[in-house]
Amino acid sequence: MTAMTLNPPIGAPQLPARVGPLRGLQQTCSLAWRTLVQIKHNPFELVDFSIQPVMFLLLFVYVFGGAIGGSPHAYLQYLLAGIMVQNSLFTTLNTATGLATDLDKGFFSRLRALPIARFAPLAGRIVADLAKQAWALALLYGVASIMGFRAGANPLAVIAAMGLVLVVTLAFAWLPVWIGMIVSTPEKVQLFGFVLLFPLTFTSGAFVKTVSMPGWLQAFSKANPVTLLADAARGLLIGGPAARPAIEALLYAVALTVVFAPLAVRALRRRV
Amino acid sequence: MTNAIEAEGLTKSFGAVTAVDGIDLAIKEGTVFGLLGPNGAGKTTTVHILATLVAPDAGRATIAGYDVATQAHQVRQLIGLAGQYASVDEMLTGTENLILLARLTGQSRSAARQRAKELLAQFRLENAASRAVKTYSGGMRRRLDLAASLVARPRVLFLDEPTTGLDPRSRNEMWDVVRDLTGNDGVTVLLTTQYLEEADQLAERIAVVDHGAMIAAGTPAELKASTGGATLNDVFLALTGRDIEPATTDDELQESFA
Repeated sequence: MTAMTLNPPIGAPQLPARVGPLRGLQQTCSLAWRTLVQIKHNPFELVDFSIQPVMFLLLFVYVFGGAIGGSPHAYLQYLLAGIMVQNSLFTTLNTATGLATDLDKGFFSRLRALPIARFAPLAGRIVADLAKQAWALALLYGVASIMGFRAGANPLAVIAAMGLVLVVTLAFAWLPVWIGMIVSTPEKVQLFGFVLLFPLTFTSGAFVKTVSMPGWLQAFSKANPVTLLADAARGLLIGGPAARPAIEALLYAVALTVVFAPLAVRALRRRV
Repeated sequence: MTNAIEAEGLTKSFGAVTAVDGIDLAIKEGTVFGLLGPNGAGKTTTVHILATLVAPDAGRATIAGYDVATQAHQVRQLIGLAGQYASVDEMLTGTENLILLARLTGQSRSAARQRAKELLAQFRLENAASRAVKTYSGGMRRRLDLAASLVARPRVLFLDEPTTGLDPRSRNEMWDVVRDLTGNDGVTVLLTTQYLEEADQLAERIAVVDHGAMIAAGTPAELKASTGGATLNDVFLALTGRDIEPATTDDELQESFA
């Protein structure tokens, strides 16, 4: 072949060389819409992120509440924050599974060949799942209120509790997202959930006070980020000390992002 | 006449495997070019490099003069990608998939709806427009896949094995669709295929690839004349001493799709 010649572009005038930030944001919204509109075709998904958390709340309060907390009503005051944290953490598995499925089926390849912001596919999925989580948190709060939950004096603290749970979960999501990028099939993400998320949540103070645990487990539980996040959310919800566990939970969030966000992005670049 | 696609010495390895080994291309604007070769010949990797999905280890390529490595964003505004590894969202309807892609490429809501409607009609998918793609047959899915790659009216279209795994009737339908497409508005098409007949039917020029390298190029007639073969299978046999026919039969592929 002869030397390469640079042809004039077919589609003159000159094409833009990058995506503007506003366009990137619009593309993120379009991709978030794509994830949310699926609920319409798969109502079962609604069960996943609406009925399931409420079911957990009802079962824990009315089955275990008397034994663990003295009475269902007293336990509800303790439990709500824990259920919120547990539900949000488990929802991150859906984010990871969805991304792994997009990679597996080739939808990601199509997106990457489009002239869109590189962050939009990832950000679109995260925004959609945040919306689902916010909905689940509001729903849990509403149902708990009907069941007799009484928040602390400051209504803004309730909003702050939910915001804190969302922010820390968002950071935590990088871990399952990274797993989703490196496993060969989307189903394996769920396996990771059982192996890591279940023990992490149940050895925390999300559902029970850690003082009843054996000493070695207490030590672990006190350092468990799930405990910290649940304590902070509980403090904000019912009006108790929240600043210290909130700061510690946020430090965990920063650490998780620093470690796993680059790993996830690098793993994504390696797969097409 | 200008070249829509140019490539020089494209090379890409994955670990110890050299998937693409020094591919040169010069594809004229408005023509259909066939990249013919067996499974694992490096066809998909070549398309992925040209479509900005994979960076080459060596060599360079341009689409309409834009470098695929350094001007990827411009290239992405000119290309469409369809085929085995670029799919649509199975949970969405046909209409929703097309609207999503139109919105992503900057069309307004009403323009996006209009474009989706147009394409669904063009590909005879109107009746399935508001059904989730997971309910589509293999042929319908490929047609939607092709429609999806056309949403932004690309100047250069990559069709990566557009009919692999389809039954003969769906394959013929797909061929008609591709012919319609290239007949009028001057779109340049790079088609990869394992099927000799497909390359013969659709492509004006063909390059035969094997183990990541081009072993012959020309019009179907030239290739037949230079090797003395009557069919492209004879050509491949004369060039490599092997048959080109894909290892898996259509029936097996059909089953794996079911």
